Amino acid sequence: MSLPPIKTMAEWLAEGKEPEVLFWVGCAGSFDQRAQRITRAFSRILQKLEIPFGILGKEEMCTGDPVRRAGNEFLFQMMAYQNIQILNGYNVKKIVTACPHCFNTLKNEYPELGGNFEVIHHTVFLQQLIDSGKIRLQEGGSFKGKRITYHDSCYLGRANQIYEAPRKVLEALDVELVEMKRCRSKGSCCGAGGAQMFKEEETGKTRINIDRTQEALETHASIIAAACPFCNTMMSDGVKLAEREADVQVLDIAEIVEASLNFSE
Amino acid sequence: MNWISPLLFLIALSTGVYLFVRRIQAIQQMIRLGRPDLPTDQPAKRWVQVFRLALGQQKMFRNVPVALLHLIIYAGFIIINIEVLEIVLDGLTGAHRLFHQPLGALYPILINSFEWLALGVWVACVFFLTRRNLIKVQRLWSKDLDGWPRSDANLILIIEIILMSLFLIMNAADTLLQARHVGHYAAAPTGPFVISSFLHPLLDGSSDAVLIALERSCWWLHILGILAFLNYLPYSKHLHILFAFPNAYYAPLITPGKMSNMPSIQQEVELAMNPAAATATSVAPPGRFGAKDVQDLGQKNLLDAFSCTECGRCSAACPAQHTGKLLSPRRIMMQTRDRMEDLKKLPVDQRDTDGKSLLHDYITVEELRACTTCQACVEECPVSINPLDIILQLRRYLVMEESNAPGEWTGMFGNVENNFAPWKFSPEERDAWMRANK
Repeated sequence: MSLPPIKTMAEWLAEGKEPEVLFWVGCAGSFDQRAQRITRAFSRILQKLEIPFGILGKEEMCTGDPVRRAGNEFLFQMMAYQNIQILNGYNVKKIVTACPHCFNTLKNEYPELGGNFEVIHHTVFLQQLIDSGKIRLQEGGSFKGKRITYHDSCYLGRANQIYEAPRKVLEALDVELVEMKRCRSKGSCCGAGGAQMFKEEETGKTRINIDRTQEALETHASIIAAACPFCNTMMSDGVKLAEREADVQVLDIAEIVEASLNFSE
Repeated sequence: MNWISPLLFLIALSTGVYLFVRRIQAIQQMIRLGRPDLPTDQPAKRWVQVFRLALGQQKMFRNVPVALLHLIIYAGFIIINIEVLEIVLDGLTGAHRLFHQPLGALYPILINSFEWLALGVWVACVFFLTRRNLIKVQRLWSKDLDGWPRSDANLILIIEIILMSLFLIMNAADTLLQARHVGHYAAAPTGPFVISSFLHPLLDGSSDAVLIALERSCWWLHILGILAFLNYLPYSKHLHILFAFPNAYYAPLITPGKMSNMPSIQQEVELAMNPAAATATSVAPPGRFGAKDVQDLGQKNLLDAFSCTECGRCSAACPAQHTGKLLSPRRIMMQTRDRMEDLKKLPVDQRDTDGKSLLHDYITVEELRACTTCQACVEECPVSINPLDIILQLRRYLVMEESNAPGEWTGMFGNVENNFAPWKFSPEERDAWMRANK
């Protein structure tokens, strides 16, 4: 069975229809090869469940999160203005995104600039779909009993108090969820936020992602679950540097769910 | 002769209170150096924050044993002040244990509970001194505290121990004199108290005259000590016992993930993007974009700086500090306060021309560059301080006024502006993920 095609908002508009939700892909999800796999996993879930969704495609732009946090308010305002114009132009009401940075900016920073949307992070979206029975998971799926540790993203956790949704999704998969020493509101950063992703780290004893990956490895988990494409990059690099690629995977919640979908073709 | 002691007391008390009020006014002036930004909306929610965070010390309980010991010191401080009320009235009227008569049977119960608290404070302070200086808990031993801040912290604990000791010795001497039916002590027969009676064997060998002298000295030293402490408070990190309250009231009610908006830039960008939609309501641009000095910061930032008790929970949780970077959120707050104190020493007309600024001279670029904006510092602070807000305002000045950004960031800005993504990819490739397989 072929999946329904992914349509852009322009295509929806041409058909005279509006999708239920806009999937905001984000720059990492669009361009980073590793994050593209997360984007495809999440979009396949939407397609398989036949949830009508649209993307902005080539019209999407950076939300402005990294430039704002680096200090460039002018550029942030320019990006926000253009994005809000496009989103309002398509009469977007609900946005789902797999990037906590886009999520935070769209949800918390766009309203006072004229962009008012219901913004939902993909982990919460997935949890709702599991709770409502729309997502049916394989019994005894490939993750059952696997030792998994969840790394809290700062912009999901402390910034938006979303700690439980990703964990509930993992629990629904019957995995053995183990916590790192610093978790939830005490969870340590991966090192990418505040535009650090786009520059060399300052001089110190060690890199933040090495420090955090070490903590994840201490749980003896075989999978480090992430909910942010930037955390994913940082933790993957950490695992590589620790030479543990052979036995430890870094996966996004969406990838884990997609691989466990009970979907009859 | 009866009037000399109350007169001396009145002079001591009014001097103590006068100096304290003057110092608080000076701090108010320093806070007013900042942009007026203290919010007044939603008072009900703000009072809830005061009760939850300041009075209830909710965030302290992220570490329960330490929170309980801290609570004892705090409760001791507040409740023993009821006893100070009696001491003050005794001092002014020349009476002895003025509340004994009217309170009747309740009086010994009260004093006994104060004595329990005093013992609790004593023990907690000794424990905290040990943690600081012998166990050397990392955040309390950090180089942030080198010099005066370390002495300040120890001094406060030592003063508390001395004050509590004076209170207990005073009661011990008093109740011993009562038992010996000496003068006015016998006129307020409270009976022995639960903790101070353990000191009786040490004092029993002394004559009445020695005990009277001891009781009077302790009484005077205790109240003079409290007045001195009151005036030491606003010069020390210990000011948090007062400022935690307004700081909780003015703390943001919104998620810490939201950065503060700059309406003047918003308006300028809107005008540039769509001149037709230009409205008459214009927001005057600020003197400078972002913050270079304390005058550019908000009053909440400056109140934060005075509320900081340098406990270092922020820095202990900071991923940059944890991995040995120069950044320490606690130091950001301490430097902000130091800058205000240094400015205050200058005549008003020289404050803009002292050739120094918070940025560069007190807080370095390297510190600011190390921040991941993870909000761990904001989350940890028990008294609602936000070091991140100061960091981000200084970063705004660096980038928008000094064009001071690392090369990679300059490149990233260019990519976002021209390719609409922080990496150098063509916007045409934005939907390429759909076509690639796996």
